[in-house]
Amino acid sequence: MFLIRLLIKNAFRHKLRTALTVLGMTIAILAFGLLRTVISAWYAGVEASSANRLITRNAVSLVFFLPISYKDKIRQVEGVEGVSAANWFGGIYIEEKNFFANFAVEPQSYLDLVPEFVLPPDQKEAFLRDRKGAVAGRKLAEKYGWKISDPITLKGTIFPGNWDFTLQGIYTGRDKTVDESQFIFHWDYLNETVKKVLPRRADQAGFFIVGLKNPHLAAEVSTAIDAQFKNSLAETLTETEKAFQLSFISMTEAIVIVIRLVSFIIIVIIMAVVANTMAMTARERIGEYAILKALGFGAPYLAVLIFGESLFITSLGAALGIAATFPAARAFGNALGQFFPVFNVAPGTVYLDIAASLVVGTVAAVVPTVRAVRIRIADGLRRIG
Amino acid sequence: MGIPYYYSLRNLWTRKLTTGLTIAGMALVVFVFASLLMLAEGLRKTLVATGSYDNVVVIRKGSKSEVQSGVERGQASIVETLPEVAAGPDGQPLAAKELVVLISLPKRGSDKPSNVLIRGISATSLLLRPQVKITEGRMPRPGSSEIIAGTSIANRFRGGGMGESLHFGMRDWAVVGTFDAGSTGFSSEIWGDVDQLMQAFRRPVYSSVIFRMRDPSEFERIKRTIDNDPRLSLDVMREVRYYEEQSEAMARFLRILGMSLTAIFSLGAIIGAMITMYAAVANRTAEIGTLRALGFQRASILGAFVLESLFLGLLGGLAGLFFASFMQLLTISTVNFQTFSELAFSFTLTFRIIYQALLFSLFMGFIGGVLPAFRASRMKIIDALRAS
Amino acid sequence: MENHRPPIVEIRNLSKSYRRGSQVVPVLEDISFDIREGEFLALMGPSGSGKSTLLNLIAGIDQADSGSIKVGGIEITTLSETELAHWRAFNIGFIFQFYNLIPVLTAVENVELPLLLTSLSKRERREHVEVALRVVGLADRMDYYPGQLSGGQQQRVAIARAVVTDPTLLVADEPTGDLDRVSAKEILDLMGRLNNESGKTIIMVTHDPRAAERAHLIKHLDKGVLNVSDPAPH
Repeated sequence: MFLIRLLIKNAFRHKLRTALTVLGMTIAILAFGLLRTVISAWYAGVEASSANRLITRNAVSLVFFLPISYKDKIRQVEGVEGVSAANWFGGIYIEEKNFFANFAVEPQSYLDLVPEFVLPPDQKEAFLRDRKGAVAGRKLAEKYGWKISDPITLKGTIFPGNWDFTLQGIYTGRDKTVDESQFIFHWDYLNETVKKVLPRRADQAGFFIVGLKNPHLAAEVSTAIDAQFKNSLAETLTETEKAFQLSFISMTEAIVIVIRLVSFIIIVIIMAVVANTMAMTARERIGEYAILKALGFGAPYLAVLIFGESLFITSLGAALGIAATFPAARAFGNALGQFFPVFNVAPGTVYLDIAASLVVGTVAAVVPTVRAVRIRIADGLRRIG
Repeated sequence: MGIPYYYSLRNLWTRKLTTGLTIAGMALVVFVFASLLMLAEGLRKTLVATGSYDNVVVIRKGSKSEVQSGVERGQASIVETLPEVAAGPDGQPLAAKELVVLISLPKRGSDKPSNVLIRGISATSLLLRPQVKITEGRMPRPGSSEIIAGTSIANRFRGGGMGESLHFGMRDWAVVGTFDAGSTGFSSEIWGDVDQLMQAFRRPVYSSVIFRMRDPSEFERIKRTIDNDPRLSLDVMREVRYYEEQSEAMARFLRILGMSLTAIFSLGAIIGAMITMYAAVANRTAEIGTLRALGFQRASILGAFVLESLFLGLLGGLAGLFFASFMQLLTISTVNFQTFSELAFSFTLTFRIIYQALLFSLFMGFIGGVLPAFRASRMKIIDALRAS
Repeated sequence: MENHRPPIVEIRNLSKSYRRGSQVVPVLEDISFDIREGEFLALMGPSGSGKSTLLNLIAGIDQADSGSIKVGGIEITTLSETELAHWRAFNIGFIFQFYNLIPVLTAVENVELPLLLTSLSKRERREHVEVALRVVGLADRMDYYPGQLSGGQQQRVAIARAVVTDPTLLVADEPTGDLDRVSAKEILDLMGRLNNESGKTIIMVTHDPRAAERAHLIKHLDKGVLNVSDPAPH
């Protein structure tokens, strides 16, 4: 008890230095936490994906479509509960920088397959009835101030022209891993228009969402679907939604690796800062350590004193940093909503924060402790005078 | 004259551990700062080198990229025969009707699929891109299932090397050559005969028309001509501008990431420098008193401590740059999230980056040292002398 | 004979007090005296008698509450801080109890330090420094750092630093306070020589009677009042 009081008192002897070190630690933990959250946001789509769904797309690549006639063939495959056709629309709202995901979907079957999009019954009803109707996520609607029955125009990039929609519903996520910034509308509306302007591109779906009767059947059903279309003009590639999402991320893996690496650099930077503080502190107190040794306190006592002070400073900084991470992540998530629709601090991030502060505190105390333990009493005492 | 510079320098040398740790912190920040600038520069260089100022890219209106675009055969012929198009050595217009599609191919080693851009080329395509050089083998024969691969495809994708073959569009395609396009985006492409590829992918339309202008200053006029032609619903861009737009989002992402990371990280390093300099001032109180008693002005004391901190920053900056320069050996390959196609680029160090990084490190040193230096300069002489 | 020399320091009605918390503690009370050129004056008195304060005021590193100090005809109590620093550089040579050498500078560089405030060229500075170090007998230790020198040697470097600018006054605060007897004697011999042979005016604070013996004049301070002025015993 006395030891703990002494080491806390020691920590505050150089108030300015301790305050600066704690501040540095706070900033480092905050930056570390935010970077880890960026990484988990990158994987948010994977986390949120359902084990109950498969995605069937053209085996060549995503820019190639599949005939809509595949839908009925897929439905007949053993183990399939429901199928919905969808197209990545890639529309632009007013300006290119207002990016959000927008899809043309078959409304009834899509909403059945995606129960995590929660839509009030009356809005669902209205959406299904209106051929030009659209549904937007809560975050997206808030960002652009959209209200139910507002007209919205998207500029097509893949499908040329201006496309007018009426907002009929605003969905919320079933839980907070759900992306609330998507925009969906009727596949029929897209197809009918395309039929008039670009007939050769009509009756095609970008991908099919396949609902499974039993998630354990995923592998068998995927193989069965792909086998059906083997050697046809458009071969398919069917995989679980998770694998589909992961394939997107693996393409940008280099960036994730960079961020992961950089998140550890900040920890090393702060390690240098805290180690510096501890080295200076211990050097100034070497005389006191000599006195303690002269009084008969052994090396373990000195070690506890120095490690304790170092860990006290880093834990204090980490606690503040963790507390600051949550509001900062919220602000960050709002600012970068279009890059990261889901931006939540994971519990794992907090554990990593704590681990990092313990490592920094321990490493920083090693050299000063060794020096304090090695000092000969006579030399240490001379340094005071 | 003020306090000599070697006073500041030797004081740093005397406290090796503390100085070393502070410099290490700063060096890491400068390393991150310089690396991200180098990455952005590498990306910029790749894209700028990809486009040529004399070339024009024509794609469907509003389609933003060749992959999303579709240019009808009739439209392509109109563009090709515009009088502003330069003539090739054989008198034919120097224009290429091209097809661009994305296919996903597995990488060597990891087998992970990534999107690769396949370009169907015409006879003039190579003439329009003088930066593309065949390094091995030959050009694909028109009318055959032959392709050539850019160096970064040949090296990194399974079946992409010379003599190997790739399967797509229900056919096997023999790789009969590889080409090097330096640090341009073409190095990450596969080229084959445009008609064969259109058949294989059952695409009845071209993706884009590329042509050389007879007179590069006529661009605005060409653009007006095409914009005003009711038969053509096409976007016209200089090739350089086109490639710049292709990676705008990526460049912005790197810039935001770089700036916010270095801003936060530098706070850590500045605090480190501040702690060090405050301790330096506290430990040398009596020295400060002596110097003032000898007749040195407050400003000289301020200068000596700021100089010391600037040295710290400079050393950190040099160390950081030293390590960052090794990053030039690395090539980053990632999917450009605007075009969904694979893009490889390397860290590129320029004099501008060196000077920005050093300026930045001096800035960190200055901010870290200025408050402690003020404390040093404002001490009362007799109080300071008494501290001995 | 000394009485016919003009006074180089004229102190009139000098008062100084310190504030300790809410209390005002008087240190010097209405002190007036002169120091003549070529004088070797020892200021003695118990701790807290104000002798160091008086020295600091004459050397221009502390501010008086009231009264006047003229050194070489210049009234220094009205100088601004910048002017005062400039004035010190040319007029005062300091010798401290703990030598106060800059540990990261060699003997030569320490001695050169005050010359950096003059307009001398590099070569002239070097010449002056060598002369000063020769005078204190350390010509063979020029490139040593203070940490490599004994206490007595360090104090001799400090004296070289004090005289190198050829100042009007040498002020010494307990110059032998941290030295063994042999080294102390060497330092006092050196100061005596500077006074006798080079005619330096020296003011020395000390409570060591052996040191005070070297002075021509001893003034005792007690509780801020200058009470006796003894002629030197020899």
